[in-house]
Order: sequence, then structure tokens, then C-alpha cells
Amino acid sequence: MEEKKRYTGGVLVLEIIGILVALLFLSPFYFLIVNSFKKLAEILLNAAKLPEVFSFSNFKRAWIAIDFPTVLMHSVVVTGLSVLALVIVSSMTAYRLVRRPTLFNKILFNVLVAAMIIPFQSVMLPLMRITALFELRGNLHGIVICYLGFGLPLSMFLYHGFIKSVPYEIEEAAVVDGASPYGVFLRIVFPLLKPITMTVIILNVLWIWNDYLLPVLVINDSFTTIPLAVQKFFGQYLRKWDLAMAALTLSTIPVVAFFLLLQKHIIAGITAGSVKG
Amino acid sequence: MLKRKQLSEWIQQTVFVGPGLLFFTLIVILPFFMGFYYTFTSWDGMDMDHAKWVGLDNLKRIFTEDDRFWSAFWFTSKFTVAAVAVTNLVSFVLAMLLTQNLKLKGVLRTIFFLPNVIGGLLLGYIWYFIFVRGFSTIGEATGIGFFNLQWLGTPATGFWGIVIVFVWQTAGYMMLIYIAAILNVPKELMEAARIDGAGAWRILRSVTLPLIMPAITICLFLTTSNAFKMFDLNLSLTGGGPGNATESIALNIYREGLVNGRYGLGTAKAMIFFFGVALITLTQVWVTKKKEVEA
Repeated sequence: MEEKKRYTGGVLVLEIIGILVALLFLSPFYFLIVNSFKKLAEILLNAAKLPEVFSFSNFKRAWIAIDFPTVLMHSVVVTGLSVLALVIVSSMTAYRLVRRPTLFNKILFNVLVAAMIIPFQSVMLPLMRITALFELRGNLHGIVICYLGFGLPLSMFLYHGFIKSVPYEIEEAAVVDGASPYGVFLRIVFPLLKPITMTVIILNVLWIWNDYLLPVLVINDSFTTIPLAVQKFFGQYLRKWDLAMAALTLSTIPVVAFFLLLQKHIIAGITAGSVKG
Repeated sequence: MLKRKQLSEWIQQTVFVGPGLLFFTLIVILPFFMGFYYTFTSWDGMDMDHAKWVGLDNLKRIFTEDDRFWSAFWFTSKFTVAAVAVTNLVSFVLAMLLTQNLKLKGVLRTIFFLPNVIGGLLLGYIWYFIFVRGFSTIGEATGIGFFNLQWLGTPATGFWGIVIVFVWQTAGYMMLIYIAAILNVPKELMEAARIDGAGAWRILRSVTLPLIMPAITICLFLTTSNAFKMFDLNLSLTGGGPGNATESIALNIYREGLVNGRYGLGTAKAMIFFFGVALITLTQVWVTKKKEVEA
């Protein structure tokens, strides 16, 4: 608990500086939002003014131009399934690696941790070959498997650190009561992992939702997600600022809403994740 | 009895570790080692099954002829130094500010973190508009020279344009890590230093900074590796231009493979890139780890 301090004049000055910097941080959103309501001529004349009339016509056109409902759905499905798979697989892997530290499992743990340093660009070209060979290209399960492979090291690492602090006695008691190893994990251990599961979900949602390069290589046209749609859109309508700003606003809303709704969990989860990582 | 127990252990190992091991091997390990092989081939992507062994040709070509790759390497290195320095400075100052007794610190923390949840590609396009239209509007209204520069149109403004957006995107995240570390510094130590007559600057340098070294290690590691691998911002803000003046290594590799179709050459670059990333991040962690102390 923080001790009580007096609210002095010095603190007031700092408060004002903080507010000014915050306004500076928010100013790009001001440009983004006001210009998505304006007509093109109005934007070209003055990009900083408020719109003369607030018209939703840009949004209507952008909605259709990027086929927003479809790409939003694609993003939700890809992110949702990948994160679900990551939570299940990485918690199970981590559990076994903690509870049975055989030589093989110790080596596997170190390999997974070391693999975190491999940049995506270093494996991306051979990965194209693998995904073609195993028919993981252009379909949903392909991209989920790719995210599973790339996301496993960090998620496993976070679970590993957490499971080490879960007392083994609880599990032993359940085994004495006749529970199977799978039952112990599913009904006793996994529920105890809830705090770190939140962290794993948040970090992976933010990563996968915003990822551009992996989907463009693996699913591209057959399953266009939001970043891909935005990239394609800008290839076509670079100087149509009115449409572009509305499309960007639409595309930004879901993730900002996700953040504002869950901000307490997200900030706590990110702090926990990075301090361990 | 022993046999059954062993069998059950085997099944458990397969059920718990099997799926993770399988997909991780397939998606990360296998392509990584294939990369070493393709480095020495003239694999062209079209004819994926017939990668021809060419020995050291790719590496020779990269080291002797490929000026564009080395200019990308140089650009990325300069960018990493600037982005890491500015991001950590800004995020540390923000963290110091938000660990004061401010009334609005919760709201401010949310605002500073907000850009981080949006993807680099979207942020890049938002800022592209601001640099191209927004800045010129402000420039016309105020006459401040800074806004009247030809933003993103010259190598220097392209470079600093990407740095600005990188800082805006990343500072909030690093700020959270610094805040957590600063709040962990024991109050008694600060108090003791103050009683001994240390000023604010002296406390910062001799108490706070040494005690938050682990956080500095993490933040430098994260910003260095993110900056060195920068791709999305590069693609959306400058596309590597003007010319190839702001092309990062990641973008250069991507184009070598997917635009030029020279997968073998691209893979060779990707392997050089891997060793670069590994060398830089491990050295940096090693150097800052040595400076960590116990409270």
C-alpha cells in the first residue's frame, strides 16, 4: 500500500504535464476520427478542423469496400481458435514438463525457450514449403497450426513458471482419491492456472489479431483478416482519404473496444507476462 | 505391474507433450533447419522441389554484390539504436511521472498504453495520413518548420517518421514494466538516501536505476529485438522508400523471396539475419545482466 502523500503544487505541475503528454498521445486518434466523417475536399483543405457536418456516408462505403463483416468474422475465428488451441496445448505441455523433469523433457524445455529468439522472417520462406507440402495453406486449420507452433514457446514458458508454484500435494491427494492423471489436470490443476491463463489469452489475442505477415503468407485471399483487408485497401485507394480514414476507424474499433473493456486484466496480464518473460 | 505403469507413463507423455512437440517441430524447427540447407541452393519458389545445390554462391553474392541488403542492414541498425534509446527514455520518464502521487494516473496509464493494442500496419497507415496531410495542415496554420518538412518523402524524414511511430506504439508497454519495477524499490532505501542528504537526481542515479536493472534488461531486450525485426511499420509508412533508403532487413528478405522469387537467396539472408538478431540480443542481455544488483 502506498503511503499517503500531500497533493502539493509540484504534483499539480506534474499532473498538468501528464495531461498534456496524454493529449499528444491521443492526437493521432483525433485526426483519424474527425477525418473519417469529412468529405475528401474538406480533408484536403484542412485536416485538423472538426467536420462541418458529421456524415456516416464514408463509413457506409468503407463497410462495403473492405467487406467489414466478413473480415471481422475471419479475424475473430482465426484469433479465437488459435488462442484456444494455444491455451490447451501449452498448458498441457508445460504441466508435463514441470511434473516429469526427465532428461528429454528438460532438453525440450530448453529448446523451446531458445527458439523464442528465432525471428519469424528467418523461417518464413522454408515455412511456405512446409505449409504447401502438408496442405496447411489456404485453410483455417493450417493457420491455427502455424500460430500454435510459433506461440507455443512463450505460452508454455509462462505456464511453466506458474505451475512450478502450484503445490504438488493437492494433486497427490486427488490421485489417492482415485482420479486419473488426465482428470487431475483437467479438474484440479487447470482451474488453478486461471490467472496465468488470462495473461496467455491476452498476449496471444493482441499478437494474433494484429498479425499481418503470417496470414498473408498462409491464408491470404481465402481467409482475409482485418490487417490483410486494410493492406489490400490501401493498395487500391491510397489517396482516397475519406474512405481510407473511415476504413481505418472501423478496423481499429474492435481491438480498442476489447482493450477498454478488459483494461484492468490486460494491464495486469501484460505486466505479469513481461516480468516473467 | 511395472510394465503397466511404464506404458501409462508413455501414454501420458504422448498425450500431454505430443501435440505441442509435433506442431512446434513442424512449424519452427523443421523450417529453421531447412533454412540452413536452402541457403546453399538456388531454390526459386516456383519450382519448390528442385532446389539446386549452388554451394556458397548465395553468400558470395550477398557479401560482394548485394549493396541493397547491406544498406538495409545499416538502416536497420541505425533505426534500432535510435528507436531503443528514444523509446526507453520516453517510457522511463512516463513511468517516473505515473509513480508520483497523480490523481489521474490510472487514466493516463491507459492512454499511454492504448496505441500498443493496435497493430503496426494500422498504426502505420493512420500515421501515414498524419505525416502527409495532418502535418502540412498544422504547418500551414502555425508556420512551424518541423511540420513543413517533406515528411516520409526524404530518407531522413522517413527514418525519423518510423522512429516516431515506433516510440508511440511501444513506449506504453515498456512504461508498464518500468512502473512495476519502480514500485518495487523499497521505500526505506529512498528514505535513507534522502536523510543522508541525497537529492532527487542522486537518488535516481544511485538507488532507483541500479535496483530496476532487471526491468531495464527486459525493456532493452524487447525494444532491441522488436526494432531489429521491424516490418509492419516499414511496409505501411514508407514501403522502404524513397528509393530503398528506409528498407529494413525484414522487408528486404520478404521482397527477395516473395517479390523477386529468389527463395534460396532470401533464405541465405534470413540466416544471416538470424545470427545478427541472436548476437545483438544475447550481447545486450549479457551486458545489462552484469549490472543487476540485489537490494
